[in-house]
Amino acid sequence: MCTTCGCGNGETRIEGANPGEHEHVHADGTVHRHTHDGDHTHEHGHEHRHADGTEHSHDHAHDDAHGHDEAHDHFHHHGHVHDGSVPHHHEHEHLHVMPDGSVVRHAHAHEGATDLHYGQGAAHAHAPGMSQAKMVQIEQDILAKNDRHARFNREFLAERGIFAVNLVSSPGSGKTTLLTESIERLKASIPVTVIEGDQQTTNDADRIRATGARALQINTGKGCHLDASMVERALERLQPDENSVLFIENVGNLVCPAAFDLGEAHKVVVLSVTEGEDKPLKYPDMFRAASLMLLNKVDLLPYVSFDVAKCIEYARRVNPSIEVMQVSATKGDGMDLWINWIRLHSVTTRHARDQHVAALKHRVAELEAKLAERH
Amino acid sequence: MHEMSLAEGILQIVEDTAQQNAAARVRAVVLEIGRLSHVEEQALRFCFDAVTRGSVADGARLDVLATPGRAWCMPCGESVALQRLGDACPLCGSYQLQVTHGEEMKVKEIEVA
Repeated sequence: MCTTCGCGNGETRIEGANPGEHEHVHADGTVHRHTHDGDHTHEHGHEHRHADGTEHSHDHAHDDAHGHDEAHDHFHHHGHVHDGSVPHHHEHEHLHVMPDGSVVRHAHAHEGATDLHYGQGAAHAHAPGMSQAKMVQIEQDILAKNDRHARFNREFLAERGIFAVNLVSSPGSGKTTLLTESIERLKASIPVTVIEGDQQTTNDADRIRATGARALQINTGKGCHLDASMVERALERLQPDENSVLFIENVGNLVCPAAFDLGEAHKVVVLSVTEGEDKPLKYPDMFRAASLMLLNKVDLLPYVSFDVAKCIEYARRVNPSIEVMQVSATKGDGMDLWINWIRLHSVTTRHARDQHVAALKHRVAELEAKLAERH
Repeated sequence: MHEMSLAEGILQIVEDTAQQNAAARVRAVVLEIGRLSHVEEQALRFCFDAVTRGSVADGARLDVLATPGRAWCMPCGESVALQRLGDACPLCGSYQLQVTHGEEMKVKEIEVA
């Protein structure tokens, strides 16, 4: 329990307010309401000088359950005598460490009149019943819009029996060579389409087109990743064949593309042995998002110091279920395994689509039979 | 800097909500960002200030609730704290961990006037 104001936990939660919200009356009569959990005392003082030269200080302190970090900034803007009856404004930003270890950083701004600090809304309402703003609950994922587009893409692909792979890696891992080699091996049996993401140039799409496959380049300009709406637009233009394979070659970047679902069946991360074996630990988000890691350029292993076993161990630290294949796109090592992986998934995707179509046909037949009964 | 895209996503959610509530101004935006999510908080704050300029949320305060990471440790059969992806189970040292909390990236609520 708070030894200053006697407040405890579990108070009524106002819309948008944190539990433990409570109010303090300071020495100068100002009312100050704020939130936190746990037992504590209040005692940290701060002092400020007003334009007219008067000074005042008030105290509050927080023990145990939470603390302010060192960079606790207070800004006071007073252009008047602070006699407790004149509006004033002050702001301070601080950090609360909650008992569960979570951290809330926020700023208070108090715009007051006649001793009451009007806080910035419900959570920091400094005068009960006088909150001039309201909190609106949202609880929406920041990536909700991207995920909607991704869902649309996933349905678009599923309806057409298209198996889509989102290839991610740092620049220079050999993604495009891997792609052209893969297309050469696949094109006799499965149609392949490619969406190429780069900041600039159509070089990669040109290389893909040279294999005879259809490709569309997306230049992201200043963007560091492809997002689902870009892919949606690309799909509209490309109209990939039914029962085909779609490769999406993402922008060379091991960070940003991890967060963006494009509607693909799998993310495949390409790591070449000319890079560091600790990349899975350095860029865990990406290795966690991927289903398969292709360790590329393994033909160069005799010339570089790259510990394959360690790399795989690191990848499985961040993603215990990640599959790993060692390949060399230029020399052909391991390529059969990778191509078989694609074929297997392509067949599964087609099969799922056939089953779905069969179920729909069955349903249509049922409905037609019902309709016929009525006539 | 995917934080710019995230900030734009936040602004879109905020603008839509403000419009639905006929709000003239957004005073504060409260986010829930998991410690294991794809977000660098300082970068996000910078981008948030940049994208909200001239919008209904111009000058809005950004509150970030950083939820701690947790994972299910298979060998322990227990829920454990996880500071970072790639860390071992603090109890048994295993990496057989299934992340359960800390990947959130949400707009929780906004304060409108």
